[in-house]
Amino acid sequence: MAEVKEVKKSEPLFSKKNKGLITDPLNDSNPITVQVLGICSALAITVQLKPAVVMSISVLAVMAIGNVVISLLRNMIPSRIRIIVQLVVVASLVILVNEVLQAFAYDVSKELSVFVGLIITNCIIMGRFEAFALANKPWKSLLDGIGNAFGYAWILIAVAFFRELLGSGTLWGIQVIPNSWYIDNGGFYSNNGFFLFPPMALIVVGIIIWIQRNKNTKLIED
Amino acid sequence: MDVNKNSYTFTFAAIMVVVVAAILSFAATSLKPFQDKNIDLESKQNILKSIGVEIERDQADEYFSKYIKQQLVVQDGKVVENPEVPALDINMAKEIKKDGAARTLPLYIAEKDGNTCFILPLRGKGLWGPVWGYISLESDGSTVIGANFDHEGETPGLGAEISKPIFMDQFPGKQIMKDGEFVSIEVRKGDASGDYQVDGISGGTITSVGVDDMLEDCIANYVAYLDKVSASAQEPVSIEKMEMEIDELMDSTATQQDSITAVALITE
Repeated sequence: MAEVKEVKKSEPLFSKKNKGLITDPLNDSNPITVQVLGICSALAITVQLKPAVVMSISVLAVMAIGNVVISLLRNMIPSRIRIIVQLVVVASLVILVNEVLQAFAYDVSKELSVFVGLIITNCIIMGRFEAFALANKPWKSLLDGIGNAFGYAWILIAVAFFRELLGSGTLWGIQVIPNSWYIDNGGFYSNNGFFLFPPMALIVVGIIIWIQRNKNTKLIED
Repeated sequence: MDVNKNSYTFTFAAIMVVVVAAILSFAATSLKPFQDKNIDLESKQNILKSIGVEIERDQADEYFSKYIKQQLVVQDGKVVENPEVPALDINMAKEIKKDGAARTLPLYIAEKDGNTCFILPLRGKGLWGPVWGYISLESDGSTVIGANFDHEGETPGLGAEISKPIFMDQFPGKQIMKDGEFVSIEVRKGDASGDYQVDGISGGTITSVGVDDMLEDCIANYVAYLDKVSASAQEPVSIEKMEMEIDELMDSTATQQDSITAVALITE
């Protein structure tokens, strides 16, 4: 995980390397499907699309700001208590996000309930602080945080898409499977209740990993 | 500077704690009014929803004062005069932990289309956390006008369905009293019928049982009060009329006494 590299001062803001910080986590080093971190939240809040999107945005905010804060403090943090410092930074940011949601996006905060607080335990964030922000400058850390948050987000949204569609027949709370298809209304279709349970999220993530490894030759192990 | 010295580590930790505490307490205190406002508006919104008034959250204040005529506090079947805590601020979570007779519970009396209705707050336990809601009754103290439920963290798609119309729409028209006895409304597993039962949520059994217990536990506290009020509503005797009757009685006794004294005087 050592991504420590000296940066030349003249490096442009969006050099190839910096772009890689954003694009790599989307595929080659995706936090969920490749590093298999943050699985717990991927199971918990992917029953419906809306909470998954809000969760992604919250994680994006915490990860981007946290990475920058840790990166700014990186030369001041005593190495013996660095994990505690990282935890304090995540925890305070999460509390702030939660308070702001409660004040200005009350419905959403109710929908996410305890899961906002559980962002603290999302090991993707701690992982990025420890592996990247502690050794890199703020701008790179910001890009890395955003990149990883997007990598987390697209998996979450993909899983939520399939679970909500197949489990409830809706997307973003709107009915998409025609009502006349349902057995109750004389049709042939019925929602698969199994998709509402956490194990199905694991299976969907597994299928995504399978497809990804099949397509991406870099990930194929001997 | 050596960042790994003990003294530095302690200083760093101490400063960090103070700074973080300051930031968080500033955020908490400055956002508190907004959060309280949201919670307040939400409960008003839910109260109105139970009598079938659907409004946006920011209109809640206006419509609340339009529909809700009285906010009472009821304890053991009697209305508490000058309650310490106004009805809207009562903490239901604390009250339901007390014994039935010790509970001081809010009761809202609303007027919709000229009819009086009673709105009773409910609170109980779901699977993962509390569930709560409001149920509104017609002036006979038995027929349900509507019910509205909410929860903290029930499973989406399963227990959380109690706050969806598919569950709540079953309540209008149900009865809580049978031949003058309180029977509550039973949440059944799939075979509900009649005036005293509703269907539970499949896959949300524990939440459904929680709602069932909550209905029985919370409505029971109001039965004595509702009995009294609905009984007097059936034989409408207005206070004015009662006063007139009393006056007449007093007058007639007074004249009788006068005549008695008159007779006594004559006989002397």
